Amino acid sequence: MEKDELIHLHADVDLPYRWAAGRYGSMMLRALRDRKVILGNRCPQCNKVYVPPRVVCGPCFIQPSEVVELSPAGILVGYSVVNYHFIDPETGQKRPVPYTYAYIKLDGCDNYLSHLVDETDPNRLYPGVRVEAVFRPDGDRVGRLQDILHFRVVD
Amino acid sequence: MTDVAIVGMAQTPYRRRRDDANFAELIYEVSCGALQDAGLEVGDIDNFITVSNDFWDGRTISSMAVQDACGSSFDGGRNVSTVEGDGTFGLLYGMMRILSGAYRTTLVVVHCKGSEGNMRLITNGMFDYIYTRPLGIEATGAAALQARRYMDKYKLTEEDFAHVSIKNRGNALRNPNAQLAASLSLDEVMASTPIASPLKLHDISPISDGAAAVVLAHRNVANKLGRKPVWVKGIAHCSEAHFLGDRDLAEAPALRDAAFRAYQMAGIEDPFAEIDLVELYDAYSYMEPLWFEEMGFCSKGEGAELTRLGATAFDGPLPVNPSGGVLSAHAVMVAGLARVIEAALQIRGEAGERQVEGPVELALAHGINGPCGQSHCVVILGE
Amino acid sequence: MAQRVGIIGFGQTYHRSHRDDVNGVELINEAVRAALEDAGLSIDDIDAVVIGNMDHFEAVNYVDTWSVDGSGAWMKPLIKLTTGGTTGSTLGIAGYHHAASGLFDVVLVIGWEKNSESDTTGAIITCSDPIFDRFSFSGALPGLAVEASAYIKRYGIKEEDAARVAVRDRAHGANNPYAQLQTPVTVEEVMLSPMLSWPIKLLDICPRSDGAAAVIFAGERKARQLCSQPAWVHYTAVRHSHAYFGDVDYTRLHTLEAAVQELYQNVGIKEPLKELDVVELYQPYSFAGLKWIEAMGLCKPGESPRLVWDGVTDMGGELPFNPSGGVICTNCIGATGLLRIGEAALQVMDRAVGRQVPDVNLALATGFGGAYWSDLMLLGRRPW
Repeated sequence: MEKDELIHLHADVDLPYRWAAGRYGSMMLRALRDRKVILGNRCPQCNKVYVPPRVVCGPCFIQPSEVVELSPAGILVGYSVVNYHFIDPETGQKRPVPYTYAYIKLDGCDNYLSHLVDETDPNRLYPGVRVEAVFRPDGDRVGRLQDILHFRVVD
Repeated sequence: MTDVAIVGMAQTPYRRRRDDANFAELIYEVSCGALQDAGLEVGDIDNFITVSNDFWDGRTISSMAVQDACGSSFDGGRNVSTVEGDGTFGLLYGMMRILSGAYRTTLVVVHCKGSEGNMRLITNGMFDYIYTRPLGIEATGAAALQARRYMDKYKLTEEDFAHVSIKNRGNALRNPNAQLAASLSLDEVMASTPIASPLKLHDISPISDGAAAVVLAHRNVANKLGRKPVWVKGIAHCSEAHFLGDRDLAEAPALRDAAFRAYQMAGIEDPFAEIDLVELYDAYSYMEPLWFEEMGFCSKGEGAELTRLGATAFDGPLPVNPSGGVLSAHAVMVAGLARVIEAALQIRGEAGERQVEGPVELALAHGINGPCGQSHCVVILGE
Repeated sequence: MAQRVGIIGFGQTYHRSHRDDVNGVELINEAVRAALEDAGLSIDDIDAVVIGNMDHFEAVNYVDTWSVDGSGAWMKPLIKLTTGGTTGSTLGIAGYHHAASGLFDVVLVIGWEKNSESDTTGAIITCSDPIFDRFSFSGALPGLAVEASAYIKRYGIKEEDAARVAVRDRAHGANNPYAQLQTPVTVEEVMLSPMLSWPIKLLDICPRSDGAAAVIFAGERKARQLCSQPAWVHYTAVRHSHAYFGDVDYTRLHTLEAAVQELYQNVGIKEPLKELDVVELYQPYSFAGLKWIEAMGLCKPGESPRLVWDGVTDMGGELPFNPSGGVICTNCIGATGLLRIGEAALQVMDRAVGRQVPDVNLALATGFGGAYWSDLMLLGRRPW
C-alpha cells in the first residue's frame, strides 16, 4: 500500500473580490490620490490618532470624529527584510524579494502604518530612523495605499 | 425553555451593494443599534460572538475586521469568539456561553457583503475538491437538483413554488429593510429568466449586503431591563451527510431532528397549533415548503398546497416569512439572524407595517449551512 | 443547567510536513478515531461536534459540512468556529461551553490543517486588511520580528537566549512520537541557521505541518462515569482585541497580560510559577518563550532568560513548558491550539507517555493568533 502512487490535484483558483473601502477609507484614499495627503482620525475620548481613519476607536467604542492631516514623515518602528518567496494573493505571482516591510509611526499619529521602505541594507534600517513617504507622480495615483510608492530613509 | 432572552436587536437595510460601508462600518452600525435597543452600554456586555465567513469576505480570519467595531476591544478587551456559519449558529453559541455560567450578556454580530465576492466560486468552494467541485456545481446548481428531486418525489410543479415567491416578495412590500419587494403574478414568475431548471430568476434569493446584531442576556439581567425580553424557549441544530449523492434531497432529516429537539425543549407538542409565526430560510422558493414540512407543520408533499390555499399567507393561520424572507433579502449568514430578529419583533409587537394580526406568543426562526440545507438550526422564541 | 466539565479523551495524528497518504477528511477521521479510542467511546456516544481550521489553507468553504464523513457528525449537532492561529484554543473553549451549558453531555472537538495544500504565507497574507495592509504584508514573520527586535532592544536580550528556548522545545519534541520535528538541536545550530527576518532564524520558528487533533469534553456526571481521571476545565479567558496589525503595541503582549490577569484573579492564583505545574504555550517562535512568560507574570520583564538558562522551564524544572515539544516542533495551525489543550489534559490525567511531568495538579494551555490575540484554558486534577 505504501508504495502505491499517491495522486495530487492542482488548482490555481482565481477568486476575485471587489472590496468597498467604506466612508472613512474612501476619504483617506481620495486625499492620497488628489492631494498627496495622509489622513487619520482622532478619538475624542482617548485622543489617540489612528491611521487609516476608521469608524470606531476599539478601546473607547466611539467614533473618532476629528479628521487629522498627518505628516508624510515619521519614524521606523520595526521592519523586516523579507527574503522568502511566497505567492502574492494580489497578483497570483511570487512576490519579488528582497523587500522591506515596515511599521511606520507617522508624526502626530499614535498607531503604525504598514508600508514598504526602499532600503534593504540592515545598516541603514533601525528602529527610530526617520523615514518619509515617496508618492507616485500626478496621474499615477489611483486611490489606493500604494499611491505611496514607498517610504525612504532620511538621514 | 432556557434562561436566555433576546433583549436587543438591530439590522441594516439589505441592499445589493453597500459601497458606503466596509465590514467594520456595517458592524458598528448594528452593534450600536442593538445596544441602544437593549438600553445597555458596551461596558455592560461581557461576551461577544462575531459571525463571518472567510470566503465571502475574501479574508482569512475574517473576524479580525470587526473586533473593534463589535466592541470586543473595549476597555482592554473582552471575551469573544467567532462562529463561521449561519447567524443562528452564532446565536446558539452565544447562548451556550451564557448557560455555562461564564457570562451574563452577549452581543452576537454577523455581516456579509455578497456584492464583494463571486457567489458562484465561493459556493463552489463548499463542495469536495476531488470529486464534486470540478463539475462546476455551486449553490444554485445544487438547489436546482434538490428542487427537481422534490418535485419528482412529491408530484409538485414549478407553479407550486412560484406561489411562494409571489407571497414572500409581496410580504416584502411591508418591510423597508427588504431588497426585493414586488407584487408578482404567476405569469411573471413563470416567465422569468431560466437560471438552472427548474429554478427561474424569481425563484432565487438576491445577493445582498447587510449586517445584524442581537443582545442576549441571562434571566437575571433580562428581567431587570426595561424592555420585554423575548425568550429562547428551544434551540437545536443538526447536520446530515455531505455528498449530494448520499442524500435524498427531497428529505431533510437533519431539520426534522433539529425541529423535534427544539420543540421538546420548548414543550411544544403540536407545532401547527401552538406556533404563531415562522421565519424560515427560503434561499430558493422550493425550500419554504420543503423546510415547512420537515418542521412538522404538515405531511410531506403538502407544504406547497398549504401555501396555495393561503395557510402561510401574511393573514393566514400560520404566517410564514411575513418579512418577505430570504427570497427578498439574502445577506448570507446574516439571513438566519434576520429570521430571529423578525420573529422577535413580531413577538414584541414591534414589526411595524409587517406586524401580523393577533398576538404572536410563540415563533420559529431557522437558519441553514452547507449545500442544499445540509445543516440546520431551529430556534423557538416566545414571550 | 450549567455543569462542570472535564476532558475525557484526546487523539492526534502523526504530524508531518506532508501527509499525502490522506486527504483532509481522512486526516480528520484519523484524529477522531484516536480520540474515541482513547476515551473508550464510539461515535454514537457523541452528542455534538465542534470543528475548525483556517479556510484559506485548504480552500474549503463550510468545512463543517464538507467533513461530516470524517468527523462523524452525520445526524449530529455540528458547528464550525475559526479565529486564525487561535482556532484550536477557540474550539476547545467552545467544546467546554457546549458541555458546561448543559445542552450537551459528550462533545467531540476537532481542529485540523493541511498546510501542505496551499502556499502557507500566501494564505496567511489574506488575513491582513485587503485595502490597507495586504500589498505590503508578508505573513506572520515580520510582526514577530518587530516584536523580537523591540524586546531585544529594550532589555538587552541575546539571540542565544531565544536559541536556548528552541533547544528546550526541540529536546522535548524528541520525547513525543507525534511531533513533526523529533531531533534535538544545539544553541550553535540555531545561531548558525539561516536568518529569515532579523533576529529570527530558521530554527527559531515553527515548521508548517499537516495534522489534526480531537478532544472529547464531557459534563461532570458523564465525565466521572466514563473516565477515572478527567482533566477538569477550571477557567477560560480570551482577548481578541485589534483589527489592524498597525494598532498592536509590539513592546507588550497586552492580550496575554489581560487574559492571564483575568484567569489568575478568578481562580485565585497568586504565584503562577509555584502554583502552575506545566504549561503548553502556543509559542510560534523562540523569542515568545521569553517575552510571553514575562507577560504571564512568571518573572519580571527582562528576567526570563535567567529562568530559561537555569532550566526552570525544562522537563524536571520547576515549571516545565511544552513537554510535547510545542509549536516549534509541530504547527498544523487549526489544530495547534487544540493540541496544547489535549497535551495539557494528558499531563493532568497522568497519561503523557514518554513526556509526563510528575504530579501535575494544574496545567495551563494557551492559544495565539490573529492580530496578537491570546486564549487560555486552565485544567486541573480536581473539579474547580
